[in-house]
Amino acid sequence: MAEITIKDIIKEENLVYKKSKVLTNNTMSYCPGCGHGTAHRLIAEVIEEMDIQSQTVGVCPVGCSVLMYNFLDLDMQQAAHGRAPALATAIKRLMPEKFVFTYQGDGDLAAIGTAETIHACNRGENITIIFVNNGIYGMTGGQMAPTTLKGMPASTCPYGRDIEMMGNPLKMTELVAQLAGTYYVTRQSVHSPVNVRRAKKAIRQAFENQKLKRGVSFVEIVSNCNSGWKLPPVKANEWMVENMFPFYPLGDIKVEGQLVTK
Amino acid sequence: MAKIRGAIVVDIEGCKGCGVCIPACPQSVLDLAKEVNGKGYNYSYMKNPEACIGCANCAIVCPDGVISVYKVKVA
Amino acid sequence: MEKELRLMKGNEAVAEAAIRSGADAYFGYPITPQSEVIEYLMAQEPHKRTGMVVLQAESEVAAINMIYGAAACGKMAMTSSSSPGISLKQEGISYIAGAELPCLIMNCVRGGPGLGTIQPAQSDYFQSTKGGGHGDYRLVVLAPASVQEMYDFVEIGFDLSFKYRNPVMILADGIIGQMMEKVEIGPQKERRTMEQLIKQCPWATVGKPATRERNIITSLDLVASRQEAFNLKLVKKYEEIKEKEVRFELINCDDAEYIIVAYGSSARLSMKAMDLLRAKGIKTGIVRPITLFPFPSKVLFDLADRVKGFLTVEMSTGQMVEDVRLAVQFKKPVEHYGRVGGVIPSPEEIVNALEQKIIGG
Repeated sequence: MAEITIKDIIKEENLVYKKSKVLTNNTMSYCPGCGHGTAHRLIAEVIEEMDIQSQTVGVCPVGCSVLMYNFLDLDMQQAAHGRAPALATAIKRLMPEKFVFTYQGDGDLAAIGTAETIHACNRGENITIIFVNNGIYGMTGGQMAPTTLKGMPASTCPYGRDIEMMGNPLKMTELVAQLAGTYYVTRQSVHSPVNVRRAKKAIRQAFENQKLKRGVSFVEIVSNCNSGWKLPPVKANEWMVENMFPFYPLGDIKVEGQLVTK
Repeated sequence: MAKIRGAIVVDIEGCKGCGVCIPACPQSVLDLAKEVNGKGYNYSYMKNPEACIGCANCAIVCPDGVISVYKVKVA
Repeated sequence: MEKELRLMKGNEAVAEAAIRSGADAYFGYPITPQSEVIEYLMAQEPHKRTGMVVLQAESEVAAINMIYGAAACGKMAMTSSSSPGISLKQEGISYIAGAELPCLIMNCVRGGPGLGTIQPAQSDYFQSTKGGGHGDYRLVVLAPASVQEMYDFVEIGFDLSFKYRNPVMILADGIIGQMMEKVEIGPQKERRTMEQLIKQCPWATVGKPATRERNIITSLDLVASRQEAFNLKLVKKYEEIKEKEVRFELINCDDAEYIIVAYGSSARLSMKAMDLLRAKGIKTGIVRPITLFPFPSKVLFDLADRVKGFLTVEMSTGQMVEDVRLAVQFKKPVEHYGRVGGVIPSPEEIVNALEQKIIGG
């Protein structure tokens, strides 16, 4: 038999992976290697696989992903900084049969929107919250976030986060897991193939849970900020594994309404 | 024994040359091209195409969804 | 059909009107002197009456953003608060105006600044009519002077908000909100079906079917020329509103030599003052603006040609008086009389003010 050529392989019938139809053709505005893009892709893939594009309403935050509506082919609302869970509360209560999600960064969800996050979680709104935590304010130029690690430099703590002066990094995900209104709380990442597969499974679960009407499904994605961290993309991922994961450990925190005991 | 052969197609103009696909590949197929695309990025390409097994690891870590993956079983 | 009459507080009338007008949602947070709105709604259980959603939010900020979320789905949504709470809502109101969403906001004004007092005032006129939050925008502002108008303006307000895709404010005060009067209640209107909603609001974010492009609700445009074009589009809308939606009441203006300009509770107080002045032989009329934006400037401009002067009566240190002066364009004297901090002016004080500031002035 003749040796198979690349041309023979690249045929429609051999396709095993391509970009989701729920993503638009717009080039994402994120820096090269940014985890936002991967997280967007996973949400799009889950929505496509569940065939719920026509039943989904998303809420974008303020921050780097403020323009998320340009990249996902979904009906979307753009919220004021931190208020996405309030919008999602109203959307879901008025249209309980729809799938409603928010997509929020650490400044949005864990600083300015702390009250909206805690109370939406505590009320047990049947929504999915995707929380992208890269420990820094990307869009505004690398300022300190509530999740900035101890000693980690940022433009508003150029000598590293000083706990005495600036307080402690906030583990929002552990915090919301304590609330009776959360049903599924997990922390994932999207920097390696195995982690992407796990994160996608978690996002799928978080959307499926909306059918059960048992409360908030909360997926934290520990991610990178190459520009803010001032590292090339692959190095940034390595830095994240070494520094972010010990403080923000990956894995399920609450499953089916029960805290996971380790 | 059946052998798996794969190949990828990179949307060159959409690639930002971040390179996260490179360590994701178990077969060391990928590298960044010496040439640049219209935006000035050294885009990802199959440096070693014979080794590709179509596992899609590169595509699933690609933040910009610019990689399509094809796979065949070769008798 | 026989008229249905009820004795109600203004705040209760607003709440009942919301249910009867087929509203989809109310989101609010308690604050004196308007907490009866949400208390009444919760007691009425509108989810059983019409399916209307009512929720007590964790803050005014959350409540107005719930309104944003609901309105962006094309839903008829209302919130209410009082001055300090309305200040908290300004961020959301600006976003709602910027995203061109319809909604109804009732402000039962109390004295300020700061925590001020829980007593009635009209000191939020500037905030309500000149924008309130950041950016160039306007609300349509309706000023009820009776509990009946509190009721009636809910449906009118919703209609205007959907007609222009713009937030509408009912600018009441602690007197109108708290006092009880006879109210004629309208019939229960059906809430719109999803089909009717989509027909009325093709822009609503209710899930993207394959048959149309995705709907995006946002107030963001990073391209300066496009943002400018949007700002100018808003101006055009406000100009159309100014042209078509001015509402006011003229009371005894035909033979009047002096005009009191007053809205809401102050207009009610001025009625008695007008009677006292006329009993003294001073021919006094009242112009009662019903819409504060758009402001009834033209009628004041025209009246200025044949009257001797204007007195504005407001429970503020003088806010609407600036719009009256702009309208009259120095043709005749315009003076202000007001009591503030929760103090309500008496008709006698208004009589004295007109005599001293306008006639004697």
